[in-house]
Amino acid sequence: MPVVTFISHDGQEQEVHVPAGTSVMHAAVDNGVSGILADCGGACSCATCHCFVDEAWTEKVGAADDVEAQMLDFVIDPQPNSRLSCQIIVNDELDGLVVRLPATQF
Amino acid sequence: MDSEHAVIIGASHAAAQLGASLRQGGWQGNISIVGDEAIPPYQRPPLSKAYLAGEKHSDELLIRPATFYEKSAIDLVLGTRVTAIDRQAKTVTLHDGGSIPYTRLALTTGARVRKLSLPGHDLDGVFYLRDLQDVDRIRAYVGRGKSAVIIGGGYIGLETAASMRKLGMQVTVLEAMPRILQRVTAPEVSAFYSRIHGEEGVNIVTDASVESLEGSGKVAAVRLADGTRLDADLVVIGVGVMPATELAEAAGLEVDNGIAVDEFARTSDPDIVAAGDCTSHYNPIYDRRLRLESVQNATDQAKTAANTLCGKLEAYHALPWFWSDQFDLKLQIAGLSQGFDRVVLRGASDTGRSFAAFYFGGDRLLAVDAVNRPKEFMMVRRALTTGMRADPDKLADDSSDIQQAFS
Ligand SMILES: Cc1cc2nc3c(=O)[nH]c(=O)nc-3n(C[C@H](O)[C@H](O)[C@H](O)COP(=O)(O)OP(=O)(O)OC[C@H]3O[C@@H](n4cnc5c(N)ncnc54)[C@H](O)[C@@H]3O)c2cc1C
Ligand code: FES
Repeated sequence: MPVVTFISHDGQEQEVHVPAGTSVMHAAVDNGVSGILADCGGACSCATCHCFVDEAWTEKVGAADDVEAQMLDFVIDPQPNSRLSCQIIVNDELDGLVVRLPATQF
Repeated sequence: MDSEHAVIIGASHAAAQLGASLRQGGWQGNISIVGDEAIPPYQRPPLSKAYLAGEKHSDELLIRPATFYEKSAIDLVLGTRVTAIDRQAKTVTLHDGGSIPYTRLALTTGARVRKLSLPGHDLDGVFYLRDLQDVDRIRAYVGRGKSAVIIGGGYIGLETAASMRKLGMQVTVLEAMPRILQRVTAPEVSAFYSRIHGEEGVNIVTDASVESLEGSGKVAAVRLADGTRLDADLVVIGVGVMPATELAEAAGLEVDNGIAVDEFARTSDPDIVAAGDCTSHYNPIYDRRLRLESVQNATDQAKTAANTLCGKLEAYHALPWFWSDQFDLKLQIAGLSQGFDRVVLRGASDTGRSFAAFYFGGDRLLAVDAVNRPKEFMMVRRALTTGMRADPDKLADDSSDIQQAFS
């Protein structure tokens, strides 16, 4: 099962194992990782699942689509590696993925 | 004294958040969530959207997996209805005669559908849409080429219509008012949704007065007061919900269009909090009592309620927001438009599929309905949260940067 590591804004690491096909958002919520709120449950409507993809992984994860990119423009502290975690689906290619979480979602 | 025991009645959005937030907030005692549905708390919004359209499996609906509750030492008591609250003895009575003692109680009983007592309402094939079970029953009746009549042109009715069109069905929406979404949007937004549903092949009938549902055993048609007869393999009624307040009322708690709670989610009994669709609360941004029906409110108010139970009083003042997905339209709403006296449009609502409607009360921005306009939604959510002011002329200028319209 792919492993995803979440690093909170104050540096705490949490490793979770998730079945391929799970979104990074669900990987967090299902395992009680705080820092991801995911109010809309993954509908790409709330932008409270913002995360920063570790630089080593940005290429493999790929870019946000247009809707997501527009939402990301308005999250707190947007960065080039910002993504909405509900829109990243974990697969075997992403085994070992590292994402960082912002201090606040809005 | 016995150890603390928080009992949460209802097992849906608000309950799932309350339980998780209690543990996050350091609640040491027991936690039980008692709900009458058979499965752990699940996302309701996809019921009329991806789940009805067959694009999502029921496993994908769970807000958190069952293992989360185990790991968090939250006892899920499912398939169990609470029939009474005894505030003196501090126990809740269950439908099977059992009872559970509590030291603190949380009511997250949500809302129930408003029922219509039309002739023929008890025919097979006539449904309401609130629970997973409702949609599973509806799904047994859907199919390419079949006819559906949806009574009620609110968000849920329109989402249901869109999902059924995706399934290749003939769909009619009956709305009693002169326009769909009349209670919740400006005429321009109603006209937009009417146009799109028309373009997508949905037959929308406004000013419709339903006289009866016809059929023998199973529904076959809907009869309108003007004599029109619409074929129907199934009928879905979506005419709003009412807060589930009976338990609270019977227990003597204050009820005012929902279980009345203060800004800390406390009911009139200091040992009992409440959150979500079942409550009404005072909102400082809009300076009035509100009863909201949204995931945002269920989640945010549940966090407040959990804090309160953990002894940390933090007032609830989150900005209301909502979304609705129909066809390729992503509607995002920030704020509450009720009481608006002016609407400013950005982009065209009478052509295309992307625009935003800004609602003003005097010179104050109240809300936005943003259709395929995530920037406008995000900007207004931020502006209303931080108290920024909006310039209507700049908002209307679609060629200018949205941020320029706020100061
Ligand atoms: C089809 C549909 C689509 C929606 N779409 C959206 C959307 O896109 N965006 C949005 O923000 N909101 C949407 N909503 C609204 C949203 O789902 C509700 O606001 C939310 O579910 C409220 O959560 P709640 O926990 O307060 O109550 P509910 O979800 O109503 O849950 C209450 C639960 O308590 C149980 N219960 C009640 N009384 C008892 C008792 N005595 N004993 C045991 N259990 C009891 C009920 O059976 C129910 O399971 C939608 C709702 C529906 C039905
Ligand atoms: S969970 Fe709402 S946008 Fe990702």
